[in-house]
This record gives sequence, C-alpha cells and structure tokens, in this order.
Amino acid sequence: MSPDNPKLESMPVFSPQLAARCDALVQKYPVKRSALIPMLLYAQDEVGYLSDAVIAEVAHRIGITELEVRNVATYYSMLRFKLAGRYNIQVCTNISCMLRGAYDVYERFQEELGIGPKGMTPDGLFSLEEVECIGACCWAPAIQVNYDFHDELKPDLVPGILGQYRKQAQDKGKNA
Amino acid sequence: MPRLVSHPDEVKIVSRRFGMGADNIDRYIELGGYEAVKKCIAQGPEWIIEEMKASNLRGRGGAGFSAGMKWSFVPKQSPKPKYILVNGDESEPGTCKDHLIFLHDPHAVIEGTIIAGLAVGAKMGFIYLRGEYRYLLEITERAVADATNRGFLGKNIFGSGVEFQIITQTGAGAYEVGEESALMESLEGKRGIPRIKPPFPAVVGLYGGPTVINNAETIATVPHVITMGAAAYAAIGTPRNGGTRLFSISGHVERPGVYELPMGYNLKKMIYEVAGGIPGGRKLKAVVPGGSSTPVLLPEEIDIGMDFDQVGKAGSMLGSAGVVVIDDQTCIVEFALRTISFYAHESCGWCIPCREGTDWLKKSLTRFHAGFGTPGDIDNIQRTAENILGRTFCPLGDAAAMPTIAFVKKFRKEFEDHLNGKPCPFAREGVPQLTVV
Repeated sequence: MSPDNPKLESMPVFSPQLAARCDALVQKYPVKRSALIPMLLYAQDEVGYLSDAVIAEVAHRIGITELEVRNVATYYSMLRFKLAGRYNIQVCTNISCMLRGAYDVYERFQEELGIGPKGMTPDGLFSLEEVECIGACCWAPAIQVNYDFHDELKPDLVPGILGQYRKQAQDKGKNA
Repeated sequence: MPRLVSHPDEVKIVSRRFGMGADNIDRYIELGGYEAVKKCIAQGPEWIIEEMKASNLRGRGGAGFSAGMKWSFVPKQSPKPKYILVNGDESEPGTCKDHLIFLHDPHAVIEGTIIAGLAVGAKMGFIYLRGEYRYLLEITERAVADATNRGFLGKNIFGSGVEFQIITQTGAGAYEVGEESALMESLEGKRGIPRIKPPFPAVVGLYGGPTVINNAETIATVPHVITMGAAAYAAIGTPRNGGTRLFSISGHVERPGVYELPMGYNLKKMIYEVAGGIPGGRKLKAVVPGGSSTPVLLPEEIDIGMDFDQVGKAGSMLGSAGVVVIDDQTCIVEFALRTISFYAHESCGWCIPCREGTDWLKKSLTRFHAGFGTPGDIDNIQRTAENILGRTFCPLGDAAAMPTIAFVKKFRKEFEDHLNGKPCPFAREGVPQLTVV
C-alpha cells in the first residue's frame, strides 16, 4: 500500500463476497490460524497476487503479524507475489508428462504466445510457467490453466486451447 | 475429465463406483454407501480395530504400515481432542489415484473417515487436499455438506448420539506437505516443515492431540473392508498384503491409466497385458515401480508380484504404486536429472543434507547431461546421494537419494557414454545442448 496515496488506503482490499468467505473461514477451524493458507489462496484468486495490501488484510483477519504471513506464504509454490496473466498456464514437465512429450507442449506454448518461461503476454491475458507434478500422470502430458485441467495434450492442441480462453475472455468482456 | 480405463484382470473394490455418479449422495446410498458405518456404530470401536487388523490393509501412501495397528496406537483416554486426518495431498510424481477417488467417490472418503473416528473415539476429521485439486475440493465440500444435511455428520450421527464432523482443507502447492507431520504443520497454518519423531502423531499430532493420519486411498478402502468382511478382503491379496491397490500406470505404455489390481499382481503382466505394452515397437528400458522416489527396476527385474514385501525384496519399494514405464529411447541421465530437479525444488530446506544435497545433485547432473561431465562425477553423484540417505528428519531426503543411487548403479554405462564432452546420445531433436567451446 502506497503511503503517498491515501485514497488507496481507504479502499476495501476484499470484495464483499471474499470478505464473507474469510469471515466463514476463521470460524471453520478449531484454531483460527488454520484459515491462513486457504484465505491467502482465495484472496489471490480474486486480487491476482498477494499484494502488500492483501498480506496486511490477511494478517489482520487471522490476528498474526504480516511477517508471519509472509513467512508462511513464501513456502507454498502456488502463492505468488507478482501478478500473473488472467489465465495462468502451468505445464507439468515431471517424469510421467516428460516421457509423453511435455517439453514439446511447453515449447509450443512459448512459440504461440511469443513469451518465454515465467513470461506474460503484453495484454496480460496469459502467463506461462513450468510446474511440478499436478497429479494427472496417467493422462499425460497435462497442464492446468488456473485451476482447470487439460489432459492428454499434443503440441497441435495448443492453439485450440489458447483460442478457447481468448474466446472466454471476449465473451466475459461483452457481458461486463 | 480424466479418462477411465478397465481390464478384465481388475478387481474393482475401491474403484467400484467410479464413473457411476456416486459423488451424488443419493446415488452413493443406492450403490450400498453408508451401510458400513451403520454396521460399525452397532459393533463398536474394538470390533472395528480388530477387523482392520485382520484385513491386512496397509497404508496406501507409501510406507505400507498396517492401518489397524496405527489406529490401535491412539490412547483411549486423552485430555486433548483426538483427530482423524485424511492425506489427500497426492504429489508423488507418477501417482494420480486419489484424483479419481475424490472425483468419483468422495463419500467413500467421508464414510471411511467417520469409521476411523468411531474406532479411536475422535469427534473431528479433516480432509486435506492439495491446492491444485480445487475442483476436487469443491466436490468434496459439497459431499460433506450433503452428508451433514442428512445427519450422517454432526452432533448425532445416524441418530446414534455420537458426534463427528469433517472439515475440508486446501494446500497451496508443496510436495513436502504429503509427509504426515509437515501436513499437520500446514493444517495449523504454518510452513510445511516436518516434526521430529517421537512423539508419533498417534500420541501428539494435530493441535497437540492424538491423531490418526491415513492416505485418502486407505480411508476410501475402509468402508469396503467393513462391508465385505476382513477375511474376504485379506483373501484377495498376498500374505500380509491385503486386498487390492490402485496402480497408476504412466509413461511409455499403450493404455496408461489407474487400474485396480490385487496386491501381488505381476509387474511384467501389468505393463505388457494390462497397460498394453510399449508403443511403437520400442523396448522396455526401465520401470519406476512406486512413484518417483522408488529405485528403478531393470527389465530383467520386473517378473515380480507387486506387493510391499516382494518389491522390497527386489531392492525397490511399492510406495504409492505409481508405475512409470520408460522405453529404450529415453535418456536415463535426463530422467535422473528431472527426478532430482523435482526433489531440489520441493525440499523444504529444514535439513541441510537434503537442502544442499539435492541442489548439488541437480547441478552436477545438469552439467553432466550437457556433456561437461568428468569421470569422477559418477562416483561423486552416488556418494552425494548416499550422504543424504538416513540423515534427514523426514523421508524426502531418502526419496531423492534412493532413485539417484539406483540410476547410477544400474545405468553406469549410460552415464559413461555422456563423458568427455559428448552430448547426450539420446538428445531430442531441436533441444539445444551446451557445446564445448
């Protein structure tokens, strides 16, 4: 949160839906702190990443320091501190996927999107990263786009997947 | 939707309801669900534990410890609340069985959790799913809500006066959290770092209370053991290895998939008949029998029964039953490098031999695979791995070391072929390789 911009400070960090979800989360467990990891994940889903404001808000809601929140958040690979694309493409390249051509799929994504590993398209629509095993070994090679699984991929299926998400983004834009 | 497979040799017990819409509670009941838990309420805790012991059901997470024994270690009287913890953090490369259990049969996990709770006198259970399985978490949450609405969970389950509730939890990306004590740390809202043992979870576990922690497949098996009877279940497997196992067969096979086969099923037959053999007329080079942490087997070593004891005798482990099949066009050095890269990424950093060792191995193997190896590297890689073995709090260090040692020992010739500035003999087309300047 920028100290130069008092307006930002007064803006709510979480939407009413997310705030309600967090209220329920702190009631859910025998010990409040157990709500920390899910709260971070749901906040990231909405805000896009764990911004300073999100960290402060979560620390306040759990009743621990921001440092403690950061200490935990930096451990988990799904939690990030920088914005990702609207559709974050996670290509599994672990052994089962590698044996069935995951690196070819990964390279095709890079070509089609014109970005490298950990890159993001200029329009912010897609980001791309290589991830460890996502638990789809028998349907390899597999990827996740945000939380959606795509199984049994081939490089030639890559343009179709990207087209599907481009269309989804357009349709949502029209409705908005 | 992940593809379901089937083969005539399968004995479908845990996977019986896959593809039958049993995530719907009415359908689950129609298919015989929630009968086992009623039987358990009538019979009482001691009977449940004796049944579980007699079933020879051994932990499906990888260690293969008797589920009944584990439950019997929980003290009857405890000043702190007792907990049941279901480990659905499935992250072992090569393993995707729990994925299907939560997708197709979440109520079996719920029912098994209640039975475990009845057996040890716990009033609360947790189902922990890895963060990547968000859609499965949503399915499980819906199932828990449905079971609660029916009075199967809550203050007075099935009108018995017994209290039991289930709380779902999500991870956020960490292999290490699949280790039982690290999972408890994570559930308590901390970094997933292992705890020193003893005390074991059965005495001091989640929130300091006695805790039973079982793999999701173990828990999903429990209602079936109760329904069919321990003796009938044990009779399916081999001695000391009761029942069936969900084998995740992946890699270079014609028909990869999750197959439910009796414990002790022949590995060779599993690869060549059940999964349809190696595609493209290629030959078998190696098999990882139980997830990426288990030592690799050579083609001449695979004529064995897949149970904990026989795979152990062959010098490897049944582990999580993730069978990864590797054909003769694969570079073992690259495979070893990809395996160790995973462990280097996932090491939580708590124990120095694991944190530094996995990173050293990754660096050595990267250089080696690129053609910059020296003859001394081969022994060094083995020695580094051997120095991680047994020197860490949790089994992640061993999980990284064991396969590495096996790759070097069993494929030494292939390591030597990479020496003296030669690039990888198996290099895939188009993949840039470092060249000697």
